[in-house]
Amino acid sequence: LLRSSQPLTGPNRRRCREDEKLLGTLLDEGERGFIIDTRSAQAAKQARMGGGGTEPKSSYPQWRRLHRALDRGRPLQESFIRLVEACSDPSLSMDRWLSRLESSRWLGHVKAALSTACLAAQCLDREDSNVLVHGAEGTDTTLLVTALAQLILDPSCRTLEGFQGLLEREWIEAGHPFQLRCARSASSHGRGKQEAPLFLLFLDCVWQLSRQFPFSLEFGEQLLLTLFDNAYASAYGTFLCNNEKERSVLCKVKESTHSLWAWLNQPEEKQKLLNPLYSHNPLVIWPSVEPQSIQLWQGLFLRWIRPSQHLDEAWAEIRRLVEGN
Amino acid sequence: VENVRLLDRLSSRRAVVGTLYLTATHVIFVENGSETRKETWVLHSQISSIEKQATTATGCPLLIRCKNFQVIQLVIPQERDCHDVYISLIRLARPVKYEELYCFSFNPKLDKEEREQGWKLVDLNEEYNRMGVPNNYWQISDVNRDYGVCDSYPTEVYVPKSATAHIIVGSSKFRSRRRFPALSYYCKGNNASICRSSQPLSGFSARCLEDEQMLQAIRKANPGSDFIYVVDTRPKLNAMANRAAGKGYENEDNYSNIKFQFIGIENIHVMRNSLQKMLEVCELKSPSMSDFLWGLENSGWLKHIKAIMDAGIFIAKAVAEEGVSVLVHCSDGWDRTAQVCSVASLLLDPYYRTMKGFMVLIEKDWVSFGHKFNHRYGNLDGDPKEISPVIDQFIECVWQLMEQFPCAFEFNERFLIHIQHHIYSCQFGNFLCNSQKERRELKIKERTYSLWAHLWKNRADYLNPLYRSDHSQTQGTLHPQIAPCNFLYKFWSGMYNRFEKGLHPRQSVTDYLMAVKEETQQLEEELEVLQERLANLQKSQSGDNKVKSKQQDRSKQTGLYTSDNSLANTPQEYSNDLKSFPSRSPSQGDEEDSALILTQDNLKSSDPDLSANSDQESGVEDLSCRSPSGGGCLPSEDSGKDSDEAVFLAG
Repeated sequence: LLRSSQPLTGPNRRRCREDEKLLGTLLDEGERGFIIDTRSAQAAKQARMGGGGTEPKSSYPQWRRLHRALDRGRPLQESFIRLVEACSDPSLSMDRWLSRLESSRWLGHVKAALSTACLAAQCLDREDSNVLVHGAEGTDTTLLVTALAQLILDPSCRTLEGFQGLLEREWIEAGHPFQLRCARSASSHGRGKQEAPLFLLFLDCVWQLSRQFPFSLEFGEQLLLTLFDNAYASAYGTFLCNNEKERSVLCKVKESTHSLWAWLNQPEEKQKLLNPLYSHNPLVIWPSVEPQSIQLWQGLFLRWIRPSQHLDEAWAEIRRLVEGN
Repeated sequence: VENVRLLDRLSSRRAVVGTLYLTATHVIFVENGSETRKETWVLHSQISSIEKQATTATGCPLLIRCKNFQVIQLVIPQERDCHDVYISLIRLARPVKYEELYCFSFNPKLDKEEREQGWKLVDLNEEYNRMGVPNNYWQISDVNRDYGVCDSYPTEVYVPKSATAHIIVGSSKFRSRRRFPALSYYCKGNNASICRSSQPLSGFSARCLEDEQMLQAIRKANPGSDFIYVVDTRPKLNAMANRAAGKGYENEDNYSNIKFQFIGIENIHVMRNSLQKMLEVCELKSPSMSDFLWGLENSGWLKHIKAIMDAGIFIAKAVAEEGVSVLVHCSDGWDRTAQVCSVASLLLDPYYRTMKGFMVLIEKDWVSFGHKFNHRYGNLDGDPKEISPVIDQFIECVWQLMEQFPCAFEFNERFLIHIQHHIYSCQFGNFLCNSQKERRELKIKERTYSLWAHLWKNRADYLNPLYRSDHSQTQGTLHPQIAPCNFLYKFWSGMYNRFEKGLHPRQSVTDYLMAVKEETQQLEEELEVLQERLANLQKSQSGDNKVKSKQQDRSKQTGLYTSDNSLANTPQEYSNDLKSFPSRSPSQGDEEDSALILTQDNLKSSDPDLSANSDQESGVEDLSCRSPSGGGCLPSEDSGKDSDEAVFLAG
C-alpha cells in the first residue's frame, strides 16, 4: 500500500521518467496495480489546470486508476457542523431529525470512507495487487484511506500499541496538517479555510469498525474520544504543528513537550482505554457498508446532550463479567 | 421442483441451486451438492406475499415476502412450474380454517400433562395478586363470566370496589364493542392505576350515568388523587370525526374530575403503510446513505414508534410521579391501548422486564384483553385492511428501551425476535383467534402447545448477560430521556434485516458474555467443591495437600469463551470496478472454527433461524428458517470457500 500526492501532470501533460520508473519498480512483468484517486474523475481532470492531475494510462500502463470521490475541506466541515446542530436542537420532530441527519451527509461520508478503504484492502488482499492512494495533497483523504485500510487488513494495527503506531505513521508523520485542520473547536462557526474534520471522520470510521467487530479492537470508544479531544486541544505535543519538519525544527516538540502516548500507556490510564471484549483476531475484518450498518456515533455527537450513565453501567458490567472470569 | 435458484439480495452472484419442496406446512429449499446441504424452511403462515416477476432468460423469478421480514428470491426454470408453485403458495398461505394451521399438527412429543403444564406457566390470577389486587379498592368481577357483557374481554376482570355490576353493564353499553373500563395495572405503592377501555359512544352530546359513575369509581379507588387522566391515544382530528359516527371521547364537562389528553398515535392503516414503506427501503439494492435515511424518514416508522413510547412515558409518569390514575382508550381499545398500556407497565414495574414478567404482560394486555391476533396478523385469510403491525411496534418499543437501558432487562434481543416470529408462525396456540372466547371455543389449550413453555424451556438462550436484579437500572421506574431524544431511536436491523447476516456484527457479544458468565459460574462451583475437598483433606490424617486446583486446566480445556476469532467474513461488494480477475482464494484461512465450540453450544435448537432440518416427529423445534444468504448455522457462515468472486460485482 503506497501513498503520495497528485502527479503534477499539468495542462501540458508533462511526464516524469523517474516517477514512472518508481511506480514501475513495484510491479513485475504483466502485473497490474491500482491507483485509488480520492477525487472524482472530473475533479482530478480539472486539477490539471492548476498544475496537478492524474497518471495517464499511456505513461503508467500497468496501473489501473479508480476514482473514489471523498469530500474534504469546506464541504466536510459544513457537513459536520450541520450534524452537530441537528443533534443539539431539542425542538425537532422525528421527521425533521431524520431529514437533517440526511442532509448533513455525515454518515454518507463515513460510508464513502469505509467503502474506499475496503476497496483498497480488497485490492491488496484479494487481488494481491499493489495499491497507490492519493488525492490532491496526499494529506487528508489519502491518509484516511490508507490508515483505515491497514486497520481492516492488519490485526497488529488493532492492538492498542499498533494503533498508536498507525496514528504516528499514517497521520502524524505522514503530515496531516493538524494545526490547520483542528485549529479551532470542532463545532466552531469560524470559517477557517483550512479547517476540516478529517481526523474525526477517521475516528468515526474506527468506531464503526469497533461496533461491527466488537471483539477485534484492543481499545474502546474512550480512546477514540480522547484522541478527538487531544487533536484539537491538548496538554501534550503529539498533535502539534502540521508536519515533522515543523515539529522538529520550528517547535522542537520532542524537547519541549510530553507525548500523549506516554500518558496513555501508563497502566492506570491504559486500563480505561482497553476493550474488555478484545481477543486477537488474525483475520481481515470486512465491514458492511450498507446504510443499516452505519450508525450515528452517539458517544461523540451526543456526548454532552445525552447522559451516558446507562451505557457506562453496561460497560462496567461487561468488564466485571469478563474480569471476574 | 428441481434446479431452482435461490438468490441473495446483496449479491446476485451468490445464487445457489437446489430443489424446492412444498409440504402441507412449509416451503423448503434444499441446496444441491454442497456437503452441508443447507436448507431453508419457511412456514406458510409466515408468508405475507408472493410476487411472480417477469420471466427472464434465466427463468421465472418468484419473490416470497414473509411476515418475519425474510425475503426469498427464487428463480424457477420453467414458467409452468413457477405458475404452479405460485398458485399453490397463494392457497397455502391463506388458510380458511383454523385446523389448517401448523399448531394443530405440530407435535413436540410432550405428554398431555406437560402440555397442560405449559399452558399453566403464565397465570393471570397470580399476576393480579402480585400487583396487589383484589384489595380494599379493587375487586374481581365475574359479570362477564359467559362473555355476556363483552365478548372480546376475558371472563374475569378487575374493577373498582364501588363499581357494581349495574354500573359495569351500563358503562359497557356506552362503550364501543362494549369494552368498559377495566384494570390493566395497579401500582401498590400509591394506589394509582392504569385502566383501559374503548371510546365512549358519546357522539356530540350523549351521556351515560353509569359510564360517568365508572370513571368516578376509578378515581375513588385512588384516594391519593382527586382526579384521573383520560388519555385518548388517537389524533384529535380522528377522535372528533368519530363523534359524527356516534362515538368520540369524554367531555370534561360531563365527567367530573377528569383531565383529558390526546396523544395522537396514528391508526392501523397508517401503520400498515408505514411498515410497507420501510420494508421497501430495506429492499433497495445498494442504497446510498441518503436513500436510506430519506426512505426511513418518509416511512414515518420511527416517528410512530416514538409516539407510542411517548404515550407510555406520559402514563408512567402520571402513575409513578403524580400518583394519578389513568384511563386509556383509542377507538376500540385493542390496538393502541394495548401498546400504550404495556409500554407504561414495562416502564413502571421491573417485574415486566424479567422474562416471565414479559410473558405475563403480553398475556395480560394483549391476549386476555382481546387484541385481534387473527385479524391483525392474518392467521386466516381475511380482510387485508385489518392487517397491521401493532404488536410488532410494541416489541420494537421494548427493543429501543433495551438499547437505552442495556442492564435493565432480563431477556435479550433474540427473545423479542422469536416472540415476533411466533406471533406469525402459528406454531403455538397462544396467538390464535381474536379473543379469549374464540380460543376457548376452539379448545386451543387442549389441542395446541404454549409458546411460553417452549421459550421458558430454552430460556438460557434468551438471557441478557448484563442483567442483574440488584442493579440500579433494573430497579423501579425507567426514565427514558424525553427531549431531545429523536436520535435515541435506531433502525432495528436485527428485526427488519434479520436474515441478512452480512449486515450484522458477526460476533454476538450477548452470546459471548453469556458463555463467560456460565463458565465463571461453573468454575466458581468447582472452586467450592475443591475447597471443600481441600478442607476435608486437611482434616484427615494424611495431612499432605497434594490436591491440585484443577480449575486452571479446565478453563483452558473448555475454551468455551474464546471469542470467534476465526470468523472469516467476506467482503461485500464494495466496487463495481473490480471485475473478472482470476479467482484467488483468500489469504486468510478458512474458518476452522475452534469458535465452533462456542457457537455450537449456542446453536439453540430453539432458534427458528438456526435449527437444521428438524424432524417434526422428533420433537425438536421444527421451525427453521435459515438465511438464504448462505447463512449456515452459525454467524461464521461466510466461509472462504464461498465463491467470493461474488465480491466483485459484474455490473
